[in-house]
Amino acid sequence: MNDPVANTAPELVELRIPARAEWVALARLAVATVANRLNFSIEEIEDVKLAVAEACAAVIQHEGHGEFIVLSCDTRDGALQVRVYDAGRHGLPAQERSLNFDEARIAGLGIFLIRTLMDEVSYDVHPQLGTELQMLKRSLDRPV
Amino acid sequence: MDIKVNVRQAPSDCYVVDLSGEIDVYTSPKVKDAIGELIDRGVYNLVINLEKVRYIDSTGLGVLIGCLKRVREHGGSVNLVCSNPQIRKIFDITGLVKIFGIFDAEDAAMKALA
Repeated sequence: MNDPVANTAPELVELRIPARAEWVALARLAVATVANRLNFSIEEIEDVKLAVAEACAAVIQHEGHGEFIVLSCDTRDGALQVRVYDAGRHGLPAQERSLNFDEARIAGLGIFLIRTLMDEVSYDVHPQLGTELQMLKRSLDRPV
Repeated sequence: MDIKVNVRQAPSDCYVVDLSGEIDVYTSPKVKDAIGELIDRGVYNLVINLEKVRYIDSTGLGVLIGCLKRVREHGGSVNLVCSNPQIRKIFDITGLVKIFGIFDAEDAAMKALA
């Protein structure tokens, strides 16, 4: 039960939560559990937790977001790929770094953190289907 | 999951806001309201103690930045107490270490406000 996921064993964990602020903690907990299964370090787990929470918060804070957020964690090859999807038709704010008090730049902190903490980040905006953010995190202790 | 906010007046005439728990998109409005009430009362020199904060996200950072902006308009300042490396890391990578005074101990944070 406590054995780490084998490098070659693909495993998929999915979670569907209401797109409301009170459920983001559950998304954090879920992704932390999956990262722990991969034997990620505590710091790496914290990175993934924050990135997922930022992605969920970005969904919730945009007008026109979907009713639900779907979190998908793929543990293939010892790396953790996370997809955060909702049926809203919006993109994510441009990467910004907040060094002053401009509110727009503050709002861009979330995506900046995601890009900084994760190894690969991309997102797709589908006109009819919604928005999906994809993030990949590799453990330094488990190069793939 | 929740956030606890405790406000106390320190002997040095500044106020200390103790935060305990997780500051995220759900709990940050409570933090914003508590500190906002203090600023509305004319308290412009604040120490915000994050020693018992286990987690903070960009919405929490936004609240702290907003508070700093408000007190600076009145010549005040906000110093943070934070020795947790995971929390400190967030301030480091966002560059916020350059605009907040961040201290390991509350005494030092209060002293720097004086």
